[in-house]
Amino acid sequence: MSETTLGGIAGRMPKFIRRADPAVLTAFACIVILLLLGSLYSRSFLSPEYLLQQLKVASFLGVIATGMMLVILLGQIDLSVPWSVAAGAMMACAAAAYGPVGIALAIPFGVLCGVAIGIVNGIGVAYLRIPSMIITLATNAVAQGLMVVYTGGFSPQDSATAAMRYLATGFTIPGVPNAVIIWALIGAAMVFVLTRTSFGRAVYGIGNRERAAYLSGIDTRRIVMIAFAVSGGLSAFGGVLLAGYASKAAQSMGDAYLLPSIAAVVLGGTSILGGRGSYLGTVAGVILITLLQSILSVMQMPEAGRQIIYGVVIVAMLLLYGRAPASR
Amino acid sequence: MKDWRYLLAEQRGTLLALGIFIVMFIIYTTNHPAGFTANVVQTAANKGVLLAFVAMAQTLVVITAGIDLSVGMILLLTNCLASWLVVGTPLETTLGVIAVLAAGLVCGAINGAIVIYGRLQPIVATIATGAVYYGIGLLLRPFPGGSVNEDLADALTGKLFDVIPTSLVALLVVVLVVWVPFSRSEFGRAAYAAGSSETAAYMSGVPIRRGKFIAYALAGVLASVGGLFLTFFTYTGEAAYASGNSYTLFSIAAVVLGGVSLFGGKGSAIGAIFGALAFRTIGDLLFVFDFDPLWQPLFQGVILLIAVSLGAFALFRVRNRLEWFL
Repeated sequence: MSETTLGGIAGRMPKFIRRADPAVLTAFACIVILLLLGSLYSRSFLSPEYLLQQLKVASFLGVIATGMMLVILLGQIDLSVPWSVAAGAMMACAAAAYGPVGIALAIPFGVLCGVAIGIVNGIGVAYLRIPSMIITLATNAVAQGLMVVYTGGFSPQDSATAAMRYLATGFTIPGVPNAVIIWALIGAAMVFVLTRTSFGRAVYGIGNRERAAYLSGIDTRRIVMIAFAVSGGLSAFGGVLLAGYASKAAQSMGDAYLLPSIAAVVLGGTSILGGRGSYLGTVAGVILITLLQSILSVMQMPEAGRQIIYGVVIVAMLLLYGRAPASR
Repeated sequence: MKDWRYLLAEQRGTLLALGIFIVMFIIYTTNHPAGFTANVVQTAANKGVLLAFVAMAQTLVVITAGIDLSVGMILLLTNCLASWLVVGTPLETTLGVIAVLAAGLVCGAINGAIVIYGRLQPIVATIATGAVYYGIGLLLRPFPGGSVNEDLADALTGKLFDVIPTSLVALLVVVLVVWVPFSRSEFGRAAYAAGSSETAAYMSGVPIRRGKFIAYALAGVLASVGGLFLTFFTYTGEAAYASGNSYTLFSIAAVVLGGVSLFGGKGSAIGAIFGALAFRTIGDLLFVFDFDPLWQPLFQGVILLIAVSLGAFALFRVRNRLEWFL
């Protein structure tokens, strides 16, 4: 009875709302609520400058969360994000110290280091069948160890190249920060890959049931490995952008991105068990998290309060729409 | 199969961890400048016991096929709490210790409630609660500081009859009071059954929910025991994000080294304890061989990577490729 009424109401709505995932809608609704709450606190919350600034800050998280989403869609998780980010940033800055060739190759080199970490993860998960949570923790520790040995335990002295700074803070189109354009390009590529290529179909298939995907002729191990490599590369690229933004790399710059990237993906309605989720949701999750962080810092909430509110909000939102079905 | 061979097969993981620990410890003490003395053993025990408590906590949750990524943060939170409460007269100190343990119980119970009754995935849920616990810890101790009842601290980190490290005795007591009764109880069996096959356990009427809930709650208590001991060793409370994270990471490493299956249903806290002691000893080997301490994180990471890769040997027993996909 209520089903048909709901269907009747839904039938009269525009097509794009009918097709949308309730989780994505909830996430966007929360963004609007946060903006309204923020505008009550200060009028500048609705100004275009503030919103563009937020989008720019969000784009770093957005790039990293894109890779995380790919891995989560497979039903895996990538906990090596913190030091993939740091390694990408540090190695790109380090390459810049080796003359003009180094400066030219700084960005690809940083990304490649992330890809290397991702490939180790991928080999462990896909071919050695180690639980992703464990192998990525281990590679994270190894990457940290390598970086500590390389830097001697301090923040490296090398600074970011002009190209990195331009990517993170420059303006190609007047008014639109480059970082936002980069996020849009990466996001568009991700949407294309997920919805229009056999690779994307395979990712969803593996996330639903790897065994079935394997039996239908997909080389599941290769797909899983590529996904982890892409995730590592995107994390490192996020690190490169961050280094460009701050014009140098720092020891624990990636720590602040692990929880937010997972949270952004999961809040966007992607199932942590894999196989379900849309990129639009991840965009919503990223913006939601960035806004939440921004409002808490504008309100001059101390770090402790921020962490608490942050954890509580994530648990609360997941309890709203991220629950697993009851075992019956 | 004969009885003793069956027992041996059942305890293989634990015995392997014990073996690794003994070998590593012999290498450690024979190369230590002071040799095998009570003081060397005491220092090693104090460092190892801390991780052993956290590893026991992790084991309880891992047995149910879950994971607790907030153990390190519960340790930090209870460390900060203990640096406020475990002071003053013996009565106040006792009440303080009880309050700290209760705080750990509450943290664990919240995790359990969210995972079991809220039906969220343990990974995401405990990362989020970990952020909350860290935040509360930071609220309690924005800057490192505080104090602890030093008589109690010295008694629990010293030596009994000048030979046996007291911390080892405390570890033994905790094993006897928490682990042994739990693993032999109906709920312990339910936790194992839930980790082994939740559906089958549910169908046979095993109280899996209560078993899992008690496992999560006890994990919180064990992590708070770790937090207490951290306070006894350092005399201060400190909410350092990196240190909480590394305790979580090391607890998983110790559990894996200790032969506890991350898919659940297999292993014991005793194995995890030896895994923790072995992991700490391996980390300390660098010092006795006079390496640069800078290499320690890399060394520990590589050990961790090798330890988790050893699980891949099970692939050689796979007869049907479909068994790759669990």
